[in-house]
Amino acid sequence: MKKRGLTLALTVAMVSAVLAGCGGSGGGAAGSTSGGAKVVKIGVYEPASGDNGAGGKQETLGMQYANSKTPTVQIGGEEYQVELEIVDNESSNDKGPSAAASLVSSNVSVVLGSYGSGVSIAASDVFKDAGIPAIGVTCTNPQVTEGNTHYFRICFLDPFQGTVLANFANENFSAKKAYILTKLGDDYSTGLGHYFKEAFTGLGGEVVEETFQEGNSDFISYITSAKNAGADVFFAPVSTEAAALIIEQASAQGLTIPLMAGDTWDSNVILNAASGKDVQIYVTTFYQEGGNAEFDNGIKEWINADNTAKANNGGDDTIAAVTAMGYDAYYVALEALKAAGSTDPAAVNEALWKVTYSGVSGEIAFNETGDALRDVAYVKCANTQTGAWDFVAVQGVK
Amino acid sequence: MDWITRNLPYLMAGISVGGQYALIAIGYTMVYGILRLINFAHGDIFMAAGLILVYSATVMPMYIAIPLMIILTVLIGFMVERVAYKPLRTAPRMSIMISAIGVSYLLQNLALYVTGGLSQQYPAIPWISDTITIFGTTTKRVTVITPVLTLVLVVLLVLLIKYTKIGMAMRAASRDFETSQLMGIKINSVVSMTFIIGTFLAAIGSFLFFTNYTGVTPTVGAMPGLKAFVAAVFGGIGSIPGAVIGAFIIGICENIIKGVGLTTFSDAFTFALLIVILIAKPTGLFGEKEADKV
Amino acid sequence: MSKNKKMVWNVSLIVALLVLLFVLEQIMPSGSMLFTVLKKGAIYALVAVSMNLLNGFTGLFSLGQAGFMLLGAYTYAILTIPAQSRGSVYQYYDGGIIHFAIPAPLALIAGGLIAAAFAFLIGLPVLRLKSDYLAIATLGFAEIIRAVFQWDKLGPLTNGSNLLRSFPTFQSVLYPFIVSGICIALIVMLINSTYGRAFKAIRDDEIAAEAMGINLAHHKRLAFVISSFFAGISGGLLAMYQTTIQASMFKSAMTYEILLIVVIGGIGSVTGSCISSFLFIACSEWWLRFLDNENFYIGSFHVPLLRAGFRKVVFSIVIMAMVLFYRQGIMGTKEFSVEALQGFFKKLLRRKGVKEAGDAHE
Repeated sequence: MKKRGLTLALTVAMVSAVLAGCGGSGGGAAGSTSGGAKVVKIGVYEPASGDNGAGGKQETLGMQYANSKTPTVQIGGEEYQVELEIVDNESSNDKGPSAAASLVSSNVSVVLGSYGSGVSIAASDVFKDAGIPAIGVTCTNPQVTEGNTHYFRICFLDPFQGTVLANFANENFSAKKAYILTKLGDDYSTGLGHYFKEAFTGLGGEVVEETFQEGNSDFISYITSAKNAGADVFFAPVSTEAAALIIEQASAQGLTIPLMAGDTWDSNVILNAASGKDVQIYVTTFYQEGGNAEFDNGIKEWINADNTAKANNGGDDTIAAVTAMGYDAYYVALEALKAAGSTDPAAVNEALWKVTYSGVSGEIAFNETGDALRDVAYVKCANTQTGAWDFVAVQGVK
Repeated sequence: MDWITRNLPYLMAGISVGGQYALIAIGYTMVYGILRLINFAHGDIFMAAGLILVYSATVMPMYIAIPLMIILTVLIGFMVERVAYKPLRTAPRMSIMISAIGVSYLLQNLALYVTGGLSQQYPAIPWISDTITIFGTTTKRVTVITPVLTLVLVVLLVLLIKYTKIGMAMRAASRDFETSQLMGIKINSVVSMTFIIGTFLAAIGSFLFFTNYTGVTPTVGAMPGLKAFVAAVFGGIGSIPGAVIGAFIIGICENIIKGVGLTTFSDAFTFALLIVILIAKPTGLFGEKEADKV
Repeated sequence: MSKNKKMVWNVSLIVALLVLLFVLEQIMPSGSMLFTVLKKGAIYALVAVSMNLLNGFTGLFSLGQAGFMLLGAYTYAILTIPAQSRGSVYQYYDGGIIHFAIPAPLALIAGGLIAAAFAFLIGLPVLRLKSDYLAIATLGFAEIIRAVFQWDKLGPLTNGSNLLRSFPTFQSVLYPFIVSGICIALIVMLINSTYGRAFKAIRDDEIAAEAMGINLAHHKRLAFVISSFFAGISGGLLAMYQTTIQASMFKSAMTYEILLIVVIGGIGSVTGSCISSFLFIACSEWWLRFLDNENFYIGSFHVPLLRAGFRKVVFSIVIMAMVLFYRQGIMGTKEFSVEALQGFFKKLLRRKGVKEAGDAHE
């Protein structure tokens, strides 16, 4: 008896869902027309909340700025209006796929993102099944592009970044022992920690590894452990949220060894947390402010003119490397659309393999796994007096 | 001496965080004692207190912002009770607990909306946030202040409960809810008072906690909230000294566990402790015998 | 209605539903959010019903669902990742210690069994506790399980705290519907059996139930283990749906969501849980998404307040209102059935008839 009730219930739920679906999803095919001009949609799959919300917003800003500068593109001899379809993946591996599915259902031709490797890996299959290519902007974990043909990436990878950081620690601080703190369940954090450890032990160093749970805000014990272990550097490739807490508590505990981290720390969140404190912070990153004066001035002006943009950038006009990367990613997508001569995702995917672009963060071209050919990283140091980044070195791997 | 400087930071961090848990745990234990309700929203009120100070400190001086934060937090606690728990007073215990989960969900989502999902930097409080050195270990002054302030507040609270009329009413209500009503105790004002005291202490706890750990995120209250509840159970639910001692034990153990390198289990340990105590001695360290627990 | 007639009704409705789904899949674009919602909704329906079996029918307030789903999901993933992909999945652990893969349906059942086995062990101590103490203890166990699965010493088996991926998944929306459908049917059969009546007796009055000769400990354990078995299976399905899994997904927030689904559907109603899980998923994933869009216009009116996160605020206010003012949920303890529907219409007609008669009389 109840079984039948159940079936009926499901039917009702189904029918109502279908009806709502017909009403709701009037997206039309890729490259639809709206108000005369043809439209091509680019999906932006970025976190706007959660751990990586701050970084995701900055990355999105780069894309929005690029979109405001170049709002149209020539595809197959016709002018298309470019529309950014932005969703929030909440920095969460289980919310991400649904956000990705909503991009798929709005018929985007290509997807940009995400900040954070875990969410990119988690949504990868959704894009793959829909046949939509994705361009990773700053997801540095190798697993994002490995073994698939639809995910590309314009940044360097963690094995490279980890080696650069290990070399830097070894050469500049003559570090013999490193304390590595990573976050459980964060692929970026675990991955970069792992590659750093490999490279660092390869150089004859010693490491102490510890992890923290999501939602942890008490880092005093970790800092004490690092001190007790006699570490020469404190390596913490973690989200900016945890980083701000670590910096604050490291300075309160009087930790004197340098704090080192990867690209996530290149953010004004870190600068604000470190300002006026007695800490040394070194990060590797994709772009150094001042690398391209035209871009720097343009985006600063744009950010200062728009209160929402400024708030999304953390309240000031410091240029995060991820913003520059987001900017470049947008143009790579446009190049792919032009080369494809169509808004069909499959054609764009095909075209992406051969796209080359000279962006503000350097030359971009893809290798056979879909990764950008990058061989340099910038090393920066936080200036706790001026609240800005000081350029330290351009580092490659020999 | 060397051993002390190496290990003192763990202990101090433990005592300090224990004091902060204690202030939250009192709210749990008092509410549970009277209403038999696990107030899941308590941890989120703690988070809300943090956010209120973040925002108010940007527009007004600290000496106004801090009292305002406490008043607003107490107001939220009072409102939550009136809106979400009072209408369910006669409903089954499960409904009221679900309502508490609903409030917690709502507060977290509101915070998510207001903050845009980003971690908010807690302002540095003059004097309290300063760095000091004890036995060769540097730490924030708040680490030392917390246990002292906690103990002072607890003593005051115990006095209030022992010697005032409202305190007597609270004790009566927690002993037997129905009978105390028959005896002419205005149960609604007793419950409101319980929530006011509980959230007041949570507001202070939040102030101390976030001065130490300066990031406020929408979900930051969930873990300290659960741990404080465990502390309350550990100490024996309904017992204020029990909750305080339980909180200190949990805070210290948690930091020792991190110190010996079992960081993955620092949260899980708290729950393991909870299960052990529930099975071995369900009334907790200082709890009174109660029939409906097991 | 005779028993045979009911059977015919049931079978034809199920067939009609499956045909409808099949047709939909042919005609709708595969990227539509509808399928996302249907897939996830079917999976959540199963776990909600399994929770309802415990909370609604046996009166055991357990909050361990996320933990059991984790066990099911991990068992499924660990057992089905193809041997050639293990090297890249378990990249930090030299390919892990398991080097075989079993077919997906077997792995799903294995997931259920592992969850059930853990439930049996956990149940030994905690089922002696009552109401909210049981709730908090099971919640604690779920958290402990999550921590254990993230432990890097178990890495060769669980891949530490990293993502598990590359396991077989489903494409068609029919798959989760069929699996969930079979499981829910089994639960319904259990509820209607002698055991189900014993469960309800325990829920209504433990002491009376014991006096009637029901073995409390045995029946409680049975309900707990069976509920966990199905939670495990739904965990496996969730892994298939998500395509990647990780221990950090299975937080207590997930259990709360499932609990809210059960409450909204009506505690003690299987059909209620199913309906509300589809509604819940559709609202949270799809229908309310427009609320997050800052540039939402009705005509030329720029709707204020809208920005990322607003959807969740609206959603939680709706849930709060349900909990406070509509405590019975959508279905209460009733079930949705053809008879009830017929009865409803008959009543409606009769009332109309009476009214007309009354009007005529005047």
